[in-house]
Amino acid sequence: MIAFTLNGARVEVEAPPFAPLSDTLRERLGLTGTKVGCEAGDCGACTVLLDGAQACACLVPTAQVEGAAVTTIEAEDPLLNRLRTAFLAHGAAQCGICTPGMIMAAADLLRRDPTPTRETVQDAIGGVLCRCTGYRKIIDAILDAAPALTAMPPAGEAVGAGVARLDGWPKVAGTERFGADGAPEDALWLRVVRSPHARARFTLGDLAAARCRLGLRRILSAADIPGENAFGIMPNLKDQPALADGEVRFRGEAVLLLVGTRASVEAVRDADLPIAWEPLPALHGIAAALAPDAPQLHAHAPGNVLVRGFLETGDVAAGHAGAATTAEGSFRTPFVEHAYIEPEAGHAEGHPDRIEVVACTQAPYMDREETARVVGAPEEFVVIRPSACGGGFGGKLDVSIQPLLAVAVRLAAQRVRITYSRTESMASTTKRHPAELRARMSADADGRFTAFELDGDFNTGAYASWGPTVANRVPVHASGPYRVPHVRNRTRAVYTNDTPAGAFRGFGVPQAAIATETLVDDLAERLGLDRWEIRRRNAIGHGDVTPSGQVLHASAGLPQCLDALKPDWEVMLGRVAAHNARATRHRLGAGIACMWYGCGNTSMSNPSRMRVVLGRDGTLTLFNGAVDIGQGSTTVIAQICADALGLPLAAFRFVLGDTSLTFDAGKTSASRQTFVSGRAAYEAGLDLRRRILALANAGEDATLALAGTRLTVTDAAGASRTIELAALPGDLEGDGRYDPPTTALDANGQGTPYATYGFAAQIALVRVDTHLGTVKAEEIVAAQDVGRAVNPTLVIGQIHGGIAQGLGLALMEEFIPGRTENLHDYLIPTAGDVPPIRVHLIEDPEPEGPFGAKGVGEPALVPTAPAILSAIRHATGVRITRVPVLPHRLWEALHVR
Amino acid sequence: MIAYHRPRSLQDALAIRATQDVAVIAGGTDVYPAHAGRRAWGDPTHKDVLDITAIPGLDRIEEGVGGWRIGCLVTWSALRHASLPPLFDGLKAAAREVGGTQVQNRGTIVGNLCTASPAGDGIPNLLALDAVVDVASARGRRVLPLGAFLSGYRATALAPDEIVTALLVSRQPRARGGFVKLGARRYLVISIAMAAGVVATDDADRITEARVAVGACSAVARRLPDLEDALRGAALREAAEVPEAAHLDALSPIDDVRASAAYRRDAALTLLRDLLRGLSA
Ligand SMILES: Cc1cc2nc3c(=O)[nH]c(=O)nc-3n(C[C@@H](O)[C@H](O)[C@H](O)COP(=O)(O)OP(=O)(O)OC[C@H]3O[C@@H](n4cnc5c(N)ncnc54)[C@H](O)[C@@H]3O)c2cc1C
Ligand code: FES
Ligand code: FES
Repeated sequence: MIAFTLNGARVEVEAPPFAPLSDTLRERLGLTGTKVGCEAGDCGACTVLLDGAQACACLVPTAQVEGAAVTTIEAEDPLLNRLRTAFLAHGAAQCGICTPGMIMAAADLLRRDPTPTRETVQDAIGGVLCRCTGYRKIIDAILDAAPALTAMPPAGEAVGAGVARLDGWPKVAGTERFGADGAPEDALWLRVVRSPHARARFTLGDLAAARCRLGLRRILSAADIPGENAFGIMPNLKDQPALADGEVRFRGEAVLLLVGTRASVEAVRDADLPIAWEPLPALHGIAAALAPDAPQLHAHAPGNVLVRGFLETGDVAAGHAGAATTAEGSFRTPFVEHAYIEPEAGHAEGHPDRIEVVACTQAPYMDREETARVVGAPEEFVVIRPSACGGGFGGKLDVSIQPLLAVAVRLAAQRVRITYSRTESMASTTKRHPAELRARMSADADGRFTAFELDGDFNTGAYASWGPTVANRVPVHASGPYRVPHVRNRTRAVYTNDTPAGAFRGFGVPQAAIATETLVDDLAERLGLDRWEIRRRNAIGHGDVTPSGQVLHASAGLPQCLDALKPDWEVMLGRVAAHNARATRHRLGAGIACMWYGCGNTSMSNPSRMRVVLGRDGTLTLFNGAVDIGQGSTTVIAQICADALGLPLAAFRFVLGDTSLTFDAGKTSASRQTFVSGRAAYEAGLDLRRRILALANAGEDATLALAGTRLTVTDAAGASRTIELAALPGDLEGDGRYDPPTTALDANGQGTPYATYGFAAQIALVRVDTHLGTVKAEEIVAAQDVGRAVNPTLVIGQIHGGIAQGLGLALMEEFIPGRTENLHDYLIPTAGDVPPIRVHLIEDPEPEGPFGAKGVGEPALVPTAPAILSAIRHATGVRITRVPVLPHRLWEALHVR
Repeated sequence: MIAYHRPRSLQDALAIRATQDVAVIAGGTDVYPAHAGRRAWGDPTHKDVLDITAIPGLDRIEEGVGGWRIGCLVTWSALRHASLPPLFDGLKAAAREVGGTQVQNRGTIVGNLCTASPAGDGIPNLLALDAVVDVASARGRRVLPLGAFLSGYRATALAPDEIVTALLVSRQPRARGGFVKLGARRYLVISIAMAAGVVATDDADRITEARVAVGACSAVARRLPDLEDALRGAALREAAEVPEAAHLDALSPIDDVRASAAYRRDAALTLLRDLLRGLSA
C-alpha cells in the first residue's frame, strides 16, 4: 500500500511501486485528467504538482509519492478555476490534450509568483508541448489575472462572435474523455508486435504454444483476420494489410496482436515470440525506389510509382522563352511527424449485433468502412464512437487501432483496449510526404509571371494512404496564388520501405510552396523588385483564371491580404536595415510568402449532412457527425446553425459524431468542415426554420423565441404566435445537405477541383546567429482571407497553430525512420520557440459558404515555412533549398562554400 | 515482477547493492525514458530497483571549510535556488537549461553524471569545477576525481555495489563559472554542443587559473588543457580572443541527427568564445 495525499484527501493505493505515478493515477485511482503522451518526460502532458512543484508523473515511481501531496487537474482550487476560465476565454485549449499539464505547470508558477512576466510564464510551461495552439494564447491566458468569457450571443448574432468553444469545459476541467480515458475496467489489453526491420520476410512458429507459455488469451496473426486483410484510403487501392502476411515493408509494421491481461501482454519480450525474420535490403528514399534495379515493392506499381499527377495550361516553353528572367531550383523536404500529443488509443466492445469501437479519429465513417471490411462484417455491424481527439492534423484520418480492436473483439475477448506508445505511434502511423522538387519560374521585365513548371516526387512510404491525394493536389496549387499563363506540373508518388506518408495539414502544398516562393524571391531579386511588390503584382484575384482553368468568381482575397500586410512589411524592412547596419554576427531578416488552398476534396464529391431537431420537450439538438479534433467545428457549426434557424446559440444541445446517431459529415480534413458541414448545418437550420414559419404561418423575417416548450414566432409587424411544442404530433426536424460543386479534372488537370479557395500571406522576422547558424523567429504577421470569421477566437487559434507547425517544418522537424521515433529526438516547437503573432483577418465572402465562410485549418501552415526561409535569406544571403534549416545546415551554407 | 527497494538508510541501501543486481534510481528522469525506449521495441524487462530517495540527508548542499558537498539527491532546481558563490554560476546556468521545469524539479546532478551521456549538461560543469565524486559501498568509501569516474561513452568507474553519495567541490577564491548551451530549440533540448568554464582572476583581472570543458563533442565531455594553459595569464576581458581551433584538437565530434561533426567543432569554438566573453562581463 502506498499512502499519500491526493488533491487534499488521503488515499491508499495498491500499485506496483515502479509503476509511474501517471499510470497509478489513471489506472488505479481513476483520475484520467492527467494525460500520457510519451512516458518519457518529453511532452509534459502528465504534469502534476508533487509537494507543490511541477513534475512529470510519468517519471515518478509511485513509491516516491509515499507521504507526499499530489495535486492533479481534477483538484478543486480557485487558482485552477481562474486558469480554466482563462484558457477558455483565450482559446488556449484546442484539442485539450495538453491542457491539464499546461494548467498544472501554470498553477505551479502562479502559486510562487502571482505576477509573472511573459518570460517567466514561458519558462514555467517550457516543459509542456502543445501541437495545436502555438502557445501564444496559452501564455496570454496564464497572464490574465481576471479572465472573462465572451457572453453568449443573442439569437441571430452567433456568427462573428468569439465565444469560447462550446465543448471546452471538460477539456479545462480534466474530465474530457480521450482515446485512452474511457476503457471499461474489465477490458483485456491489446498489444501490437511490430517489425523492427524496414523490409523483411518472416515466418511464424507455433503461436498456440507461445500463447500458453506466455499466459496470453490469444495471439492473432494475418491468418486470423476474418475479413479482407487490407485497408487504405483510396477506394480502389487497399494495399496495406492490417497484419503483415509473411512480408513487412516498413519498420513498425504490425505483425502480431497479443491479447491478454495487462500484465501478461506487457511482460512479453518480442524476442520470446516465434517469429523468424529474413531481412531484405530496404529501399529508403525516393532515389533508391526509382533506381532501375530496385525491387518492385507492390505488384500494382511498376517502377514503384504509385501514381502520377499532371496539369498543363498554355505553352510553358514559350512562357519561359518570352520571359525577361527565369529562376530554377531543386528543393528537398523531409518526413514530418504530426506529433499530436495524444497517441492513438481506444477500446472496443463486442455485442451480438454489433462491434462498438471507441477511438480518437478524424474520420469515423471511413473508419467504419475499413473496419467492417477487415472484420468481414457489413458496415452496420460496426459502430464507431469517436472519443475526444487529442490532435490529428491529418494523422488520424487513416485507421490505426480501429480494425485491430475490432478483430480482437471478434476473435478473442468481449472487451479490449489499446494505447499506442509514443514510439509506436511515431513509427507506425503516417507522416507528411518527403518531397523532392525541381521547379522553374519566369517573369517578364515588369515582374509579371509568365511560366511555371514543377516536377515533384513524393515519398509515399510503404503504402499508398493519401499519396494519390498529394500527387493530385500539388499540380493544381504548385504555381502559387498567382496569375501564371503557362504552367506545367508533374508529380509522382513513389513507394519505398519508409514509414507510410499520408495526410498532413496541406497535403503536399506546404512542400511545393517552399519551392515556389523561393523562386518568386529569386525573380524579385533578379528584377530588382521588392518581394512584397512582385507578389502584389501577380496576386490572383476576382475574375482571374487558375491554372486548372477555373475562374475565381468570388472570395479571392489575396490582394487584400497583401495590402493589409504592407505597413507591417515596411516597418519590418526598416527594422532589419537599421539593425543590420550595425550588426555583424546576429543579423535580422524579413521574409514574405503567400499561399492558396482549395477547401475540400480534390475533384471529388465530399458531402456532409446535418440534422437539427426541436423536440416536443423543448430541447434543440444538433446532430453533428463532424469530428472536432480541436479546431472548433462543434462550436462553429452550431453558430452557423443557430443563426440560420434564428434561435440563440445557448439553446443548443449536441449529439456529436457517432456513426449510429449522426449523419455522415465526411472527414475532418482538407479544411472542409466549416465550409462543407457548416453549409449543411446552415441548410438544416434554414429547413427547420421554414417548418416553424409554416406552422406559424409567419413571414421570412419573423423572429423566434424559445421558452421551455413554448416557441414564440413574432413577425415584423409585431404580431406573435406561440406554438406549444408538447402539443405537436412529433418533433420538428431540419435536414441539411451540402456537397461542394466540383468537376473532375481532365488529362491536363483542367476543371473545377474545388468550390472555393483560402488565401493567405505572411511575413516573418528572424534573427540569425551567423556564427552558430541558429535562427530565432522574432515575429510573424499573418493575413488570411477566411471568407467570414464565424468565430474569430477559433479562427485566430487555427492560424496560430498552423504557424507553429510551419515554423517547425522550417527550422527543426525531421522524422527519420528508426532514428527520431520519440519526442526528444524529433523536435517540435516549444513555448519558447513561437514568436509573437499578429493576424489580419480578411473577409472576402464566399457565396457558397455558410454566411460567407470557408476553410481555415490548413492554409495558415503553408506560408510560414517559406516566409521564414525568405527571412533567413534576407538576413544572410543564403538561399535555402532544404528544410529543416538545422543550425549545422545553415552554418555549412554560410561558411563552407 | 520487478522488485523495488526503498531503504531508509544508506547502510541498508549499500547492503542491498552489495548482494543484489539492482538499478539505482533517484529522480528517475533518465531511468524511465530509457525503459520506455526499450519497451517500445519489445523489451519490457527491467532490473530490480534500488530507490535511494528515502535516505535522509542526501538532498543537502553543505558548506564546509574546504568547500561544498552536493548530496546525490540534490536536484537541478534545488541547486539553482541554493545560495552559492559565483564559482557555481555555470552549474546554475545548466540547472536552468536542463529539460523543462518538471525535469529540473526531479532530476539530480549526480544522476546526470552517472548516466554519463556525452550530452549531459552537468558534466562539463563538474569538470570545470574540478569536482570529486564521493562513492560509498559496503566495503567502505572512496573518492574519485571526475576524470577517473567517467570512463567512457555512457560508462563510469562505479562498481556494481557502489552508490555515489555526493560531489565535492573545493573552495576556489575569486573564481567564477559559466556555461553556454547550443540546441535546436528553446526548451527540452539535448545539447548539440556546450561549453563550461571556471576562471579565477587576480587583482589586475588576469586569469590565474582556468578550467574549460566541452560537451557533446566527444564520447565523454573533455577539458581542454591547451586552452587552459593559453588562458592562464591572459587578461579576462580579452579572454574571448584566446580560443583557437587548435585548442579543440582533443575533441572528436561525430555526425548525428542533431548536427555534423564539422559543425560541432566550429560551434564549440564559438561557444568557448561566448563563454569567456560572458565570464568577463
Ligand atoms: C524531458 C527530459 C529532458 C532532459 N533534458 C536534459 C538536458 O537538457 N540536459 C541534460 O543534461 N539532461 C537532460 N535530461 C536528463 C536528466 O534529467 C538527467 O540526466 C538527470 O539529471 C538525471 O538525474 P535523475 O536523478 O533523474 O537520475 P535517474 O534517472 O534516477 O538515474 C540516472 C542514472 O544514474 C544512476 N544513478 C542515479 N543516482 C545515483 C547514485 N547516487 N549512485 C549511483 N548511481 C546513480 C541511475 O542508476 C541511472 O543509471 C532530460 C531528461 C528528460 C526526461
Ligand atoms: S507523458 Fe509524461 S512527459 Fe509525456
Ligand atoms: S491544445 Fe495543446 S496539444 Fe492540442
